[in-house]
Amino acid sequence: MAKVRNKSFVIMTFLSPILMVGMIVLIAFLTEVNDSEKRIVVVLNESDYFSNEFNSTASVSYIKFRDINLEQARDSTISIGYYGLLHIPKEDSLEKVASAAFLYTKENPTSYILERLERIFENRLRQERLQKIGVSSEEFAAIEKNFEIHTATFKGEENVKGLNMMKAFVGGAFGYLIMMFIIIYGGFVMRSVIEEKTSRIIEVIISSVKPFQLMLGKIIGTSLAGLTQFAIWIFSASLLLVVALLLLDIDLGVMASNPAISANPMLNMPTPQESEMEFWAKEFFNLPLLLLLGSFIVYFILGYLIYSSIYAAIGAAVDNETDTQQFIFPIILPLMLAIYVGFFSVFNNPHGPIAVGFSLFPLTSPIVMLMRLPGGIGEGGVPLWQLLTSIILLIITFLGIVWLAAKIYRVGILMYGKKPTYRELFKWLKY
Amino acid sequence: MSHILVADGVSKKFGNHTALSNISLEIPKNCIYGLLGPNGAGKTTLIRIINQISFPDTGKVYFDGEALASHHIAAIGYLPEERGLYKSMKVGEQALYLAQLKGLSKAEAKKRLKYWFDRFEIGDWWNKKIQELSKGMAQKIQFIVTVLHKPKLLIFDEPFSGFDPINANKIKDEILALKEQGTSIIFSTHRMESVEELCEYITLIHESEKLLDGKLSDIKKAYKNNVFNVSLQTEENAENILNSINGDFQITNSVYNIEEKQFDFTVQLPSDNTSAILSKLASLGNINQFNETIPSANDIFIQTVKSKTV
Repeated sequence: MAKVRNKSFVIMTFLSPILMVGMIVLIAFLTEVNDSEKRIVVVLNESDYFSNEFNSTASVSYIKFRDINLEQARDSTISIGYYGLLHIPKEDSLEKVASAAFLYTKENPTSYILERLERIFENRLRQERLQKIGVSSEEFAAIEKNFEIHTATFKGEENVKGLNMMKAFVGGAFGYLIMMFIIIYGGFVMRSVIEEKTSRIIEVIISSVKPFQLMLGKIIGTSLAGLTQFAIWIFSASLLLVVALLLLDIDLGVMASNPAISANPMLNMPTPQESEMEFWAKEFFNLPLLLLLGSFIVYFILGYLIYSSIYAAIGAAVDNETDTQQFIFPIILPLMLAIYVGFFSVFNNPHGPIAVGFSLFPLTSPIVMLMRLPGGIGEGGVPLWQLLTSIILLIITFLGIVWLAAKIYRVGILMYGKKPTYRELFKWLKY
Repeated sequence: MSHILVADGVSKKFGNHTALSNISLEIPKNCIYGLLGPNGAGKTTLIRIINQISFPDTGKVYFDGEALASHHIAAIGYLPEERGLYKSMKVGEQALYLAQLKGLSKAEAKKRLKYWFDRFEIGDWWNKKIQELSKGMAQKIQFIVTVLHKPKLLIFDEPFSGFDPINANKIKDEILALKEQGTSIIFSTHRMESVEELCEYITLIHESEKLLDGKLSDIKKAYKNNVFNVSLQTEENAENILNSINGDFQITNSVYNIEEKQFDFTVQLPSDNTSAILSKLASLGNINQFNETIPSANDIFIQTVKSKTV
């Protein structure tokens, strides 16, 4: 009502996507800048065990010093301003060489460089040890090959590894969206109730409309406002994101691949980006999208209605926002629980007992069930009875909670100056 | 039926606390009715029941001859004690919204609002936000919103708190004008003196119970105690006068002003027959003033509470 026409609401509606995209672009940009700084490490190799292991990459290059002692090498590294000096002394075995090697840097070395250097040593050591038991370098190279298991469902359609990740991602995104929406717009409902209470307009209004009507109207109104806002955000954010990426020519792949773990994907594995995108897109359309969208809306509406009625009751019970903390915690708890259960248990075993339990329990089911649903309904997915049971339970809970919330609301909005306890709230139910 | 509102044995409890116990009252049409009593007596609870904000545990309320139902809300205008408006909403928008809640069409609401805004000379407030207005200004808006839908029954809870004397008078005049147009009005207040002159009927409520009700003039007649204020212009010695009257009547609070030669006192008569004292006074000097002290609602209230508790 008043909220929607509020200037800051309108501004935030249109500004947040820009801010959001701005953030993403900024992060991508910073990541690139950070990466593009090339570090030069001087290698003073006195041993016989290393020769051409130090290959420059996009972010590190190596310069080899020869025939000077450590003192001189250190001085010249400092005077030229190179990033660091790796000293590999001469010893009679590789093991000893490795343990006597030292990296000198001006400040603490970055984890990226450390890991790269350590990997070089590890590889060399592994090669050496394998050679001792009779494995040649060619055989060693053959051993190092990656392996991926091929999977398929019993129906015979060839499954790709990405599908499970995709399911988890989509389910998680939906669940997370519901949680965010409940917390943000439930808070709206609560603040709006508190505002009407503190501005003392409430009694004027409920002499015209029933408190129950007012509460439901407020919840529904706020949710519609929120949905509109969300729709605008999602639409404009995705639009802006595409535009921004095209304009700035920033590659999301840079952000997605953690440079510390993968050995720089840009250079080492020249996978064409298009094919990967196509792969994900294909996977995405393999999901039961219609089912997901439909159940998202159902769970979203029911879950939101339940939680925001509780928020409205809290708003009515207190006098100002600082008093809400003790009541809000028990609301956030099941939401957090749902998200964590979802991420840690449901993704591993979408149809295990914990996942089933939480996807039936009304306060967590909107989130957990959506995380399970990308697996589809029926065989191999969520049994139909579970889906229906959880929806029916949700509806029953919704009716019960709205009834209770309305009672607290009716009494609470006309109570001033008291910070109620749970016991008093319970008493209000009987008025 | 000539009653706009009848309450029949209304009781309301909140947990162990009794807010109203067996209250019955009849409010005639087209009158100003005072619902008087100290804070916490149960006035607001009763009003909330009339407004169907809460509901009685036992007892019934009849509005204009019918059992109170939700459609009566549109025929009642209520200005609560705890009143306020949306702070960040514009005056005009807000007034329109509240009027539409009472069932007025937008066009009709606009027309009537314009009339009232012109009447109070506040037409230029339309686009202001409530938070820019002073408390008194906001109260005017609230008054307008309360009466805008032309209710049959107007209920004002502590109506004059928050108004300066000038605006309080203005509101008083408006209320009287509404009464002339046939509206029934209930005032609820603990400041009894503020509405005494306006009310034709009153009910006194104390600790959830009705102490007395009826026509204010009848009540006052019943509670008057034959005490008169006298102001006498005389050349006589005050002592002599005192002695000569005190034999038959009881004098209290006597003051003699030598310069003005004026003797003021209060006298208690044995009955409401004034001829004896008047002839006596006339023989002593010039009577400047002779009037009966009529107990105020406040006095009556205190007297009743005392007599009930003793």
